[in-house]
Formats: sequence, structure tokens, C-alpha cells
Amino acid sequence: MKSEAIVANTTQIEARSVGKKFGKFHALRDISLEIAEGEFLSLLGPSGSGKTTFLTLLGGYENTTSGQLFLEGQDMTGWTANQRGFGMVFQGYALFPHLTVAENIAFPLKVQKRSKAQIADRVAQMVEMVGLSGHENKKPKALSGGQQQRVALARALAYEPKVLLLDEPFSALDKNLRGQMQEELRRLHRELGTTFVFVTHDQEEALALSSRIAIFNHGALQQVGTPDEVYERPANRFTAEFLGDINILTLDGTSGVAGTPIQLPVNAVGLGHLAVRPEHMRLAAEGDANQLPVRLRDRVYLGSKSRLLLETQAGEELMLYLDNGAGPAAPQTGAELRVAWDVQDSFAV
Amino acid sequence: MRAYLFLICPVLLFLGGSYLLPFLGIMQLSFTDPEPGLGQYSHVLSDPLTLSVIWRTLRICVIVTAVSVAAAYIITLLWVRGRPLVRSLTELCIMIPFWISVLSRAFGWMSMLSNRGLLNTWLKDLGLIETSLQLTRNEFAVIIGMSHYLIPFAVFPLATAMRNVDERVLTAADGMGASRMRIFWQVFLPMTASGIMGATLLVFVFSVGFFVTPALLGGGQSVLIAELIYLWIFQIPQWGMAAAMSVILMLAVGGILVLLMRRYGEMAK
Repeated sequence: MKSEAIVANTTQIEARSVGKKFGKFHALRDISLEIAEGEFLSLLGPSGSGKTTFLTLLGGYENTTSGQLFLEGQDMTGWTANQRGFGMVFQGYALFPHLTVAENIAFPLKVQKRSKAQIADRVAQMVEMVGLSGHENKKPKALSGGQQQRVALARALAYEPKVLLLDEPFSALDKNLRGQMQEELRRLHRELGTTFVFVTHDQEEALALSSRIAIFNHGALQQVGTPDEVYERPANRFTAEFLGDINILTLDGTSGVAGTPIQLPVNAVGLGHLAVRPEHMRLAAEGDANQLPVRLRDRVYLGSKSRLLLETQAGEELMLYLDNGAGPAAPQTGAELRVAWDVQDSFAV
Repeated sequence: MRAYLFLICPVLLFLGGSYLLPFLGIMQLSFTDPEPGLGQYSHVLSDPLTLSVIWRTLRICVIVTAVSVAAAYIITLLWVRGRPLVRSLTELCIMIPFWISVLSRAFGWMSMLSNRGLLNTWLKDLGLIETSLQLTRNEFAVIIGMSHYLIPFAVFPLATAMRNVDERVLTAADGMGASRMRIFWQVFLPMTASGIMGATLLVFVFSVGFFVTPALLGGGQSVLIAELIYLWIFQIPQWGMAAAMSVILMLAVGGILVLLMRRYGEMAK
């Protein structure tokens, strides 16, 4: 399990009730989070949730207004970006427009006053690693978005930082290229073993890449966990709704939904809603325990399967997927159906 | 021929009547007055006095351009990247002189720099000098006056270039540990090179045709091309010479423009 691997690792960065205010606006409140050495942590949230602010605080590009940050046990709260020495891939890449690819990658090495031979070796190695051989002498403007992204990665990794921070690196790329770059990033992470902290607003990207995901909303940390933990066991309604699709049913207080008695998961005490992922909901068969009468509002044909949009008797919308290959003939719009799910796949929010 | 193209006719007529026609007249004069042929040109280009004026103009304009662009770079830096108070003060210092006429500004510098001017009086009162320094009627005064006039023209292209610098690039350089000096010389300055080029172009072209400032502050001791042309027209009527000189000036400016523009175009790529 991924989570076990992380527990075994040592904590590299620790945030202790970190807060950030811009004037009177609380961009971040009371963030406490541990980042393990070598992990791939995604900071996920909608825009304005504070995830990028947290990244700039980690990098030392902004100062915290409360709380402390630790690097390998040392208090780094007051350190500048340079003292922390993390690599950073900025949104929009922030390449030096007047320098060639090789010169861009060499810049941080020159700052560190490495020898010419060392710099040349390292630049050649980085160019090779990100697959830009043959483009060394081009200026950033002559490169495609994906290539510029690779230069930014190579430049940030050139001086072997302990931690690489990435601020929505793929947001400007089209979908195919994005998938390709995600693969590259996974490969780099495997090969280098560097800690990656990655900001994104794309749930799928976070689920696909990360060893752990930290979910932000309104400047507060909602949940931290492995991708399957946060998807399968969301801590609250925001996380449940933000990650993927979810069906939410209002509980009526008498252990049922709109008068139909159902089985509740153990954590349901005191919570008002029941959540079930669409892939865990099915059309009911004989003998299913949890059944709920619904009406079919619409059916969207998706090729191998159909998406059914349903409405409960209380007027709440549900969704589920139906395989088109087997099974009974597809129901017609307006049909009265029953849906079912297993109690262990439901959770209260 | 599309009908709407006729709409630009008024402009063409105006430019033709007020610009092209007189220019053709000057061309004609330069080849015919006082006698037909290339005599005027060969005289202008062989007369030691005229050549010394051309040489001086070139020298002064190069110095003025360098001084103006360098000063404007620092001023623009304060204007674009300073703290809010510094910004508004700088803006005032750029705008107020910009709105004052070239004549008033030349007289202003005269009252400042002349033998009994403010500067000399102060220096004497402070006991730093015995006799007045010769600060006007020389190239020094011309360079000061011209640079002062031209700095705002250099500020605007520089400001555009500086505002276009992506802040994140500077943040990135800082995060990589680059010192402020390194960030300025190796990142900020090269990123604003197109602005420096534009400012240089503008200031140099303006400076070559300067008349009022050199005439007043140079006091006849530091004659530039424009003043020489004036002399040939009003003092010693030799209109053919004046015309030939004008044509040479125009070709020189045009040539420099083309050269710099080509370099500028490469940079913008």
C-alpha cells in the first residue's frame, strides 16, 4: 500500500498551523501538514482555495503570517527562497526569454559558481533527461508549450534540489500533451526520488499522479490522504463532491430516505446525508437490501455504457452507469425503477 | 480599386501638398542652385568647415543619445518599479518638463548655467570658485540642454518594455539564488533590450535635427547641422547648399533608421 510506504519514510517538511493573510483576507488558516521525503504530494482545490498560496509559502516566495515551517526538523519559517533551495516550476514557466534552452538550465548552476565543465556536463545531462536533445540552442519562444515545460522542469531540477515545487505546470497544455507530460513527471519522480509538491485544480491529474493528496477549500485543509483514501473515504461533503461524481441523499432522521428505510453505514450518527459514488450504485435486482424507488429522467448514451439520470421521490438527482452490452433492454425515459447499493460502499456526510 | 480607398485621399492630398511638394522643391534646389549639377553636394562634402559641423553633430548626438537613454533608464526604473510615492514623484518629474516648450527649457538652462547664472552665483557665494565657470556657449551646455529635452521621449518606450517584464521570471531568478546585481544585469536588462533599442532610435533621430537648444545654449560656438542650414538660408543666402545639406541629413537619418529598425526587428522576434 502507498500509505504504508509513506509512514515508513521520514518527515521532510512540516507545516504547523500555518496561516497567511493578505490585508484582512485570510488566504490560509491553520494548515498543519507533514510531507514525507520522496513523496509526490498534490495540493488540490478549486481556484482561490489557497493551494498556490501554500506552495509559495513552502518555497519561501511569501512569508507566513502565523505558524511555522520546518525542513528536516529545522525551523525554516524565516528563510528566503534561496536559503530553502527548493526547485520551483512556475505557472507559465517563467523561463528567461533572452536565453537559450541550455543557458536557461545553466543559470542556477552559474549562480552556484560551479565550474564550466561541471555546468556543461550537468546541462547536457538535464537536456537528455527531459528529452530536449537538439533544442539546446533555441530560445523559449521557438519551442512548443510542452517543450517549454520541459525546460522549466530541467532548470528547476538542474541543481538537484531536495524538493521540487510545481505550480499548475500543465494548465496551459492541451489534453494529449498533458497526459504525456504527466507520464514524464511520474517517470522523473521515480528516477530521482525527489520530493514533489504539485499544485493542481484537476482532480483526475491529482488522483493519477500523487502518492498523497491534500485537499484545500476556502483557505483550509479539508483532508490529506492517498488517492484511494480521499476518493473512497472523503472526510466531508466538500471532498466527496469535489473529487469525481457523487450521489447525495438527504436522510429523513428515521434511518431512511424520503420514507424508504435503508441500511446506514456506522459513521452515520448525527449526519444528515448519505453519499454513494455512481459506480457503486446499480439498478436493483431481486433480494438487494438497499432499494430506493426512482424515476428515469434521462439516459445519455456513451458507447460501451449509458449514464442514467434519475430522480428520487423527494426530488433529489442521482446518477449511475449502465453497461450497454448485457442485461435487460434499456429502460425508457419516465420509467419507474429501483436503485440499490451495498452499505459498505455508502458513507455519511 | 475599392471605393473606400478614396477616403484616404484627403490625407494624401495634404501630405502631398505640405510635405512631398516642398521636398521635391528642395531636391530640385540642391541640384540647380546656383548652378546645375552635383556641385553643391561636392562642396558640402569637401568643405572642411561643413564637415566639421557634420562630425560635431554626429558626436554630440551620440553623446546626447547615450546620456538621455542611460538617464531615462534609471528614471523609468523608479517610475515603473519604485514604491508608490517614488512613482508619483517620478511621474511628475517626467511629465512637467515634457509639457514645457523647448524654448522655455533652453532659456531655463541658460539662466541656470550662464556666467551670472544661478549655479555660478551659488558656487561663488559658497566660496568654491573665484571666477565664473564657462558653462554655456559650449558643447557641454548643448549636451545638457538636449538630453534634458529628450529624456521623456526615451522614458516611454523603456516604460513599455519594463512593464512587459514577467514578474515571475524575476522571482524565479531570485529563488535560484541570483543576487540583485546578477538579476539586473543578466535578466532584467536583457529583457528590456527592445525598449533600449526603441529609445535609442527615437532620441537619436530627434537629436540630429535639433535647432533651438544648440542655437541658444551653444551660442554660435557649437554649431550643429540644423543651425548651419539656417545660416545658409537666412544669413548667407546659399539655398542650394542648404538644400543639399538637408537632403544629406535626411538620407543619413533614413539610413540609420533602417539599420536600427532591422536590428530592432530581430530583437522583437
